[in-house]
Amino acid sequence: MKHRGSLIVGLLALCALIAILPLVTLQSEFGGADGEAEGVVSQLNPAYTPWAESILEPPGGETESLLFCLQAGIGAGILGFGFGYLVARKKFHKEAGTDRGQVR
Amino acid sequence: MNKREKGALTLSWIVALAFGVTQNANAMHIMEGYLPMGHCVAWGALCLPFVVYGVIRIQRIARDHRKTLLLLAMCGAYAFVLSALKIPSVTGSSSHPTGTGMGAILFGPAVMAVLGLIVLLFQAILLAHGGLTTLGANTFSMAIAGPFVSYGVYRLCQKCRVKKHVAVFLAAALGDLFTYCVTSVQLGLAHHATASIPAAIGEFMGVFALTQIPLAIIEGIVTAIVVMGMESFAKPELAELGYWRSRQAEVSR
Repeated sequence: MKHRGSLIVGLLALCALIAILPLVTLQSEFGGADGEAEGVVSQLNPAYTPWAESILEPPGGETESLLFCLQAGIGAGILGFGFGYLVARKKFHKEAGTDRGQVR
Repeated sequence: MNKREKGALTLSWIVALAFGVTQNANAMHIMEGYLPMGHCVAWGALCLPFVVYGVIRIQRIARDHRKTLLLLAMCGAYAFVLSALKIPSVTGSSSHPTGTGMGAILFGPAVMAVLGLIVLLFQAILLAHGGLTTLGANTFSMAIAGPFVSYGVYRLCQKCRVKKHVAVFLAAALGDLFTYCVTSVQLGLAHHATASIPAAIGEFMGVFALTQIPLAIIEGIVTAIVVMGMESFAKPELAELGYWRSRQAEVSR
């Protein structure tokens, strides 16, 4: 169990490294890949004009980050609830003497 | 499958074939308005059977395997979180993982067609990310093609007796990457006025797939970690999903 704990910490550090490495090595604003694709479209198909626009364009970066946080927050909340439930169930089943939370 | 479900599934296939095939169907997600109308309709129609089948599967799970609903919600939440994280990448631009691989591994790919569609709707309506006109194309790449590849890779790994966590890593990472390959193909098919179709697809691959490679690795690692967590704490649920039995049929498959 201890072995697995350090493995997980190591893997998470690896993830962080992969994400941070481009930040420190590249000079770039790291705009969205979809914005870049718009450039490729206008180069490959100059006559094309987008025929629809987003119905709700967030007015600025702040509002957009609010909504993205909301999305991540909702997801993280549900995940946290789920794992909290599962962890506590295992713990209390153990204390009650039943085997490894196998009881419904 | 009861009569009503069969009917819905057949109808969706008819619509899919009628629009998806007869149309001259020569991400991040594809931007609002950036696919011609015909393509939007065709991809949307093609998604229908998968989404309908996904709804049927979820109903089945809710009826016969209530115990696993918590895990299903967690798989949906996982896709929600991961697709909100825009991560910088080696190409100097940012993209986000899809998070659809885990659900595909645990519950089968069809279920993710529905959950992925919900994520995409949220982003298209509230975030101006992706779009309603391109919803069909994006659903096909992120909620159908990606999860099916994840599921296929996972099964293949099981057949070859690859270690479980390695299999989960590979399945999630390759499904993530494949999603953006499909996005590139979709854009290449639509926009190739000054170049041949393969060359156009290549251009878009350079933007999407290349950016995605490090993110796919991250998604693979994180998914493996979350699955490890579930192995420790959700044994009964995973057993019900057939996670411990290798190569046997899962939930009423």
